[in-house]
Amino acid sequence: MAKHCIEAKNLNLFYGDFHALKDINIQIEKNTVAAFIGPSGCGKSSFLRVFNRMNDLIPSARISGIARVEGVDIYSKSANIVELRRNVGMVFQKPNPFPQSIFGNVAYGLKVNGNYSKNQMSEIVEKSLKQAALWDEVKDKLNQSAFSLSGGQQQRLCIARALAVQPEVILMDEPASALDPISTAKIEELIYELKKNYTIVIVTHNMQQAGRVSDYTAFFYLGNLIEFGLTTEVFTNPKEERTQNYITGRFG
Amino acid sequence: MKRWGEKLVELILMVSGTVSIVAVILMTVFLFREASGLIGHSAVEDDMCVAVNRKNVVDKISAQELRQIFDKEVTKWSALGQTIKSEDEDSILLFRVDDIVQYYNEEQLGDSLQYVPKLVSALIDSLPGILAFIPEKYISDEFKGRKINVAPLSTREFIFGISWLPTAKPAAQFGVWPLILGTLWVSLIAILIALPVGISCAIYLSELADWRWRKIFKPLIDLLAGIPSVVYGFFGLVVIVPMIQNTFGLPVGETALAGSIVLAIMALPTIISIAEDALRSAPQAMKEASYALGANRWQTIYKVVLPYSLSGIAAAAILGIGRAIGETMAVLMVTGNAAVVPHSILEPVRTIPATIAAELGEAPQGGQHYKALFLLAVILFIITFVLNLTVDIISRRRNANKN
Repeated sequence: MAKHCIEAKNLNLFYGDFHALKDINIQIEKNTVAAFIGPSGCGKSSFLRVFNRMNDLIPSARISGIARVEGVDIYSKSANIVELRRNVGMVFQKPNPFPQSIFGNVAYGLKVNGNYSKNQMSEIVEKSLKQAALWDEVKDKLNQSAFSLSGGQQQRLCIARALAVQPEVILMDEPASALDPISTAKIEELIYELKKNYTIVIVTHNMQQAGRVSDYTAFFYLGNLIEFGLTTEVFTNPKEERTQNYITGRFG
Repeated sequence: MKRWGEKLVELILMVSGTVSIVAVILMTVFLFREASGLIGHSAVEDDMCVAVNRKNVVDKISAQELRQIFDKEVTKWSALGQTIKSEDEDSILLFRVDDIVQYYNEEQLGDSLQYVPKLVSALIDSLPGILAFIPEKYISDEFKGRKINVAPLSTREFIFGISWLPTAKPAAQFGVWPLILGTLWVSLIAILIALPVGISCAIYLSELADWRWRKIFKPLIDLLAGIPSVVYGFFGLVVIVPMIQNTFGLPVGETALAGSIVLAIMALPTIISIAEDALRSAPQAMKEASYALGANRWQTIYKVVLPYSLSGIAAAAILGIGRAIGETMAVLMVTGNAAVVPHSILEPVRTIPATIAAELGEAPQGGQHYKALFLLAVILFIITFVLNLTVDIISRRRNANKN
């Protein structure tokens, strides 16, 4: 229904006394890739984690304002966190597979979320691994430990794991920062493919990466959303001077 | 100048490292050396011997048979598997050297007992069913009886023998099976109690507890590990022993169960502390990934945190067992120390360390009892060595898994 898949209105986030996000307003369209950029500590990762309520795990975190995913107010009292997290997958900075087999990793979300038959599970696992461009590399060793994979493979495994629960949105928190250039290129290719079916939000330190993969770019600075617009606009013709300075490398 | 200082420090470090390694090796060698010589050695003291009538066909007797004869459990030679024709020769007549006064008067023995060897010889010759336990020095050249060998202690007899009577005369009984069983029973039940409680507590502390509680509890638990074991033993003696006695209506409360409970309490701090460290080593990112897939807290603990830290938890368990097996004082105080094969946990038992601690003071140095106690120490050493080796292998596998 909603054209805007992800939406925040006057959103504030506090860690104890620290005001981490200040009055953020943003609307991200469905089936696009949005990149969050900005210097370290600017709040971009915190903002990303608002949308699958990961900040709930931090006891001192407090939130005010409205955040919506697919039109649903995710911080209302009636919100179902499990449902939300199924709907919003996440890929982390470092590959963090579970201490299980490759199959077990991808099937994890299915196992915790409901009853699937063995056949259904195998089907979904295969489909997810294919989507994450990992199937050909692991199809003969699905029962091996996930730790036996290389870093880049592990990260794609984590993407497959997130895809397996069939989310609408995928949040990526610097997904390629711990990987080598070849693995990074594979992940970026993957993002381009996934855009067709998913809304993707990616936090990145790498400006070129933001330029390559995203349709929209948001620049954060000291807890404020400075500028949000089409990536081409933000990179070639920024409205704000701070954006210009950051993009051209004068600080950050 | 600086170079010399560095050289000096290097030398001191090298010397202290070498000294401590040598000390450990020497200690192990000492342990094994002191224990050697018991197996394969006759159980009868060196200056004593066993002799029978010349016509008797028995030429070998085991320490256990000797004890049975002295305890009057066996009174016939035929009961030892010998075929003896006449009734007269069959019944065993037990003779200790002190008994000689029943046969001869002081005058016959001589002023300075100079006739004793001859008289002993004559006596043994005249009584066909006799079994004499006499000092070696009374065996003269014209001895008319026949010395028989007491079977040396075999490894099998030592480990699986069921009577531990280290000071029994004429032949001491060194069967350590009741002690091994006692040790294993007490430790095993202790670990069965301590492991579920300890791991639950570790999970609570690492995953569920408020950080303020953890800040209070964790140091407190580490502190508990430092309480002297005699204090735990005292607590067990005053609180747990009477409790068991009343609950089960036993004549005495000093039982294997009491020992197990005290040991469980003692092993808890070790288990909790190590298991908690292992659980907390599960990366936050891994837990977050689980939550991000819609798992709840229990699913995350059960499916991600526990599998990740399983080897650490296993190490905690084995170190806990190690502590339980080696513990001496507390167990000595509450288990009743009866060296019998236990049939239930509500019976008194005796453990290996408790035996060593209780008996070493009374065992003459270099004697058989002394050697037997050292051999017990060797058994204990081997058990704990194997346990530590297991920990090592597990943690090595764990590290290999993570990289």
